[in-house]
Amino acid sequence: MISFTVNGKPVTVEDPPSTPLLWVLRDSLQLTGTKFGCGMALCGACTVHLDGEAVRSCVAPVSRAEGKKITTIEGLSPDLTHPLQEAWIEIEVPQCGYCQSGQLMSAAVLLRENPKPTDEDIDEAMSGNICRCGTYPRIRKAIHRAAEIQAQRSAK
Amino acid sequence: MTVASDARRDLKRRDFLKTTLTLGGGLIISAYIPEWSKTSATTPADATHPFAPNAFVRIGTDDSITIIANHSEMGQGVYTSLPMMLAEELECDWSKIRVEPALVDPAYNHSVYGLQMTGGSTTTTSEYDRFRKMGAMARLMLIAAAAKTWNVDPATCHAEKGYVVQAASGRRASYGSLADAASKLTPPADIPLKDPKNFTIIGKPIHRLDTPSKVNGTAQFGLDVYIPGMLTAVVARAPVFGGKVVSFNADKAKAIPGVVDVLQVPSGVAVIAKGFWPAKLGRDKLDITWDDGPGANISSVALRKEYAETSRTPGIVAKKVGDPAAALAGAAKKISAEFEVPYLSHSMMEPLNTVVDLRADSCEVWTGTQFETMDRLAAAKVAGLKPEQVKLNTTLLGGGFGRRANPACDFVTEAVEVAKVAKAPVKVVWTREDDIKGGWYRPMWYDHFEAGLDAQGNPVAWTHTIVGQSIMAGTLFEQFGIKNGIDSASVEGASDILYGIPNVLVDLHSPKSVIPVQWWRSVGHSHTGFSVEAFLDQVAHAGGKDPYQLRRTLLKNQPRMLAVLDLVAQKAKWGTPLPAGRARGIAGHFSFDSYVAQVAEISIDKDGTLHVHKMFAAVDCGRVINPDTVRAQIEGGIIFGLTAALKTEITLENGRVQQSNFHNYPMVRMFDSPEIEVHIIESTEKPTGVGEPGVPPVAPAIANAILALTGKPVRRLPIKMEDLRSA
Repeated sequence: MISFTVNGKPVTVEDPPSTPLLWVLRDSLQLTGTKFGCGMALCGACTVHLDGEAVRSCVAPVSRAEGKKITTIEGLSPDLTHPLQEAWIEIEVPQCGYCQSGQLMSAAVLLRENPKPTDEDIDEAMSGNICRCGTYPRIRKAIHRAAEIQAQRSAK
Repeated sequence: MTVASDARRDLKRRDFLKTTLTLGGGLIISAYIPEWSKTSATTPADATHPFAPNAFVRIGTDDSITIIANHSEMGQGVYTSLPMMLAEELECDWSKIRVEPALVDPAYNHSVYGLQMTGGSTTTTSEYDRFRKMGAMARLMLIAAAAKTWNVDPATCHAEKGYVVQAASGRRASYGSLADAASKLTPPADIPLKDPKNFTIIGKPIHRLDTPSKVNGTAQFGLDVYIPGMLTAVVARAPVFGGKVVSFNADKAKAIPGVVDVLQVPSGVAVIAKGFWPAKLGRDKLDITWDDGPGANISSVALRKEYAETSRTPGIVAKKVGDPAAALAGAAKKISAEFEVPYLSHSMMEPLNTVVDLRADSCEVWTGTQFETMDRLAAAKVAGLKPEQVKLNTTLLGGGFGRRANPACDFVTEAVEVAKVAKAPVKVVWTREDDIKGGWYRPMWYDHFEAGLDAQGNPVAWTHTIVGQSIMAGTLFEQFGIKNGIDSASVEGASDILYGIPNVLVDLHSPKSVIPVQWWRSVGHSHTGFSVEAFLDQVAHAGGKDPYQLRRTLLKNQPRMLAVLDLVAQKAKWGTPLPAGRARGIAGHFSFDSYVAQVAEISIDKDGTLHVHKMFAAVDCGRVINPDTVRAQIEGGIIFGLTAALKTEITLENGRVQQSNFHNYPMVRMFDSPEIEVHIIESTEKPTGVGEPGVPPVAPAIANAILALTGKPVRRLPIKMEDLRSA
């Protein structure tokens, strides 16, 4: 039995400790916002936060989560008000939308650590996330926009 | 996917009815059900949603407007553009709209193709009239209902933002309050449509309805479907195309906790478990003896050699204008070139999956598909049921690009086969490796060109021999996709070039293979766009002409193509100096009835690293429904085309696909992603395709920039560093 919190809620799961966190979230906890794309940490669709750090949950054994705080896309904000979500909607980033949970979770760590990222910072932080629909130019624009929204809010 | 533009123009609904008749074995003949049928599977009126004037809209007493989408949402924005077209005539409150995917019903058949499906960049063009008409019908009936209630002349009433209003008396009634009364009326016979100059929604950048659900994890894709008692299956498929299971030992797989059973299915061996992870671990432990069959002899190297030799021999003539042989013989200068492109995987981000709940007398399927009619028929056939006993639910698609319109309905057929033996509700999940190794690729193509130039450097003869597998051959689409031995999807973009060259020959060889091939975003245009446009630049180079100016000369009778070419040249500042080490390339292509031209701005490092700094695009897709969606589709098409131009190839050795996941089938990522500018031509012509036409010009624009920068032509994709390294 492994216990941790997901989006602030304590959970205990019975999956074998080597089971990737992704499949515990999806199959055992029915949190389907976190996506399966490659199973090898190559595409970033499964990105979640483990104690605030972005991890690829498809290769992270659930044992790593023991006693830790996991945040998934469902916990990014309760009401679409995270600056990234607002920017994603304003810029109209998603197409098929499948990779966007992972894109947002990677971008959220970037924005927290670096409130005013440059294009190069974005290239680096987002290099692990693939979008087959090709929304990269809009993701870039939306991260800059989210940085503005975040700055405006903290100025208030 | 597509049915090629040429074929499409020839098609009549009658032909499609013939086709569906064959496909359905009589079961879906169903005659032609008018779209204003009130009896579709999706729109049963009920107490709270009494008004369903036709199969596409339902109005509730709470003023809710449900619009039924008969095309799949795979990122191209149809869950917003279809409602926009209907709402333009309905005059409803946009905030009250919700979208529901259509179940399978003849009422939802593609208005041209006669099957319920999404592909060929045709959703907007095929629904532009119908969706507006369906909205107008509902509005007219709501107005009639209000007029009747008020006992006034309907001509004194009008509709605005979800209300029927009689201006003179100030009377107002909401659509919801009229829903009951309207449901008792007969639809009008005459449904006039708005003058487009009065449009208030069409042509405006409306926010997508599906975006909020795609940024908080609530959007439901096929993989996100969980039903009670559901097991998960992962299937071990033959490592060689056409291979068969001889025997297998499942002892180790069955020892994995969570594995429920291991069972043979026609496509391989299915490991059925409580969840994906034990199913996947179980599959890794399977010991299977395969009979590879003749596919084990396939190698890309040998295939390439065979294709190259074939390309130098005459094929079946697809197009002949003038006397190309004589014109070549008499030309002042002759050039020839060969181009090759590899097999490509679609690699949608959401791997294929299907959920099946099979009962004795029913079958329910959930999947992200582009091919509803076909998939339901296939499921019924495997289940031994009638199509009406199969309920197929279309979820959101995590990318489609053609793969989810499979001519053999492979992922649905297999899932029903698994459900049959599993004797429980089951979700079949493909891994990324299954996807990349799983076939149904864009075909490998090899093109041989010859051109003759006159003394002024103008092309007077053009021959183009194409070698590659037919997508339509052996499928149910063969009867209308292949005419006189020519698969229109093999020669589209080549046999219909817009350039005014007086002597043209296009011929085709269609070798057969066990490697399954399929439509892949832009289909035949994905290779002809590259080869035709790259060869044209070599012709310009040989004739000492500016590639843009040569195109202008050759397009003097093609005003729409000329206009996008001029627009993109102007925006990219064609002909003006660039910083040292940079160059531009230009390309244009007509596909899916739309005109697209692009300019690439590139540089190359000494080690051969190519940088694509900026891409400019101009598009004429007729009347635009949602300009932001058009922009997004062209941007996405450019990134998709860039991956094909620079990154990906599927190769085989001993019949085995050598790529498996994104480390050796790499995608363009953020840091590879150029700045993109999209410019749209304002037009009042009929709307045309936009999902695919952004793809074909990408590779040739880059290839042409490389030719301009280095003097070296690019003749194969993907473009490799070693081809670009300075000597």
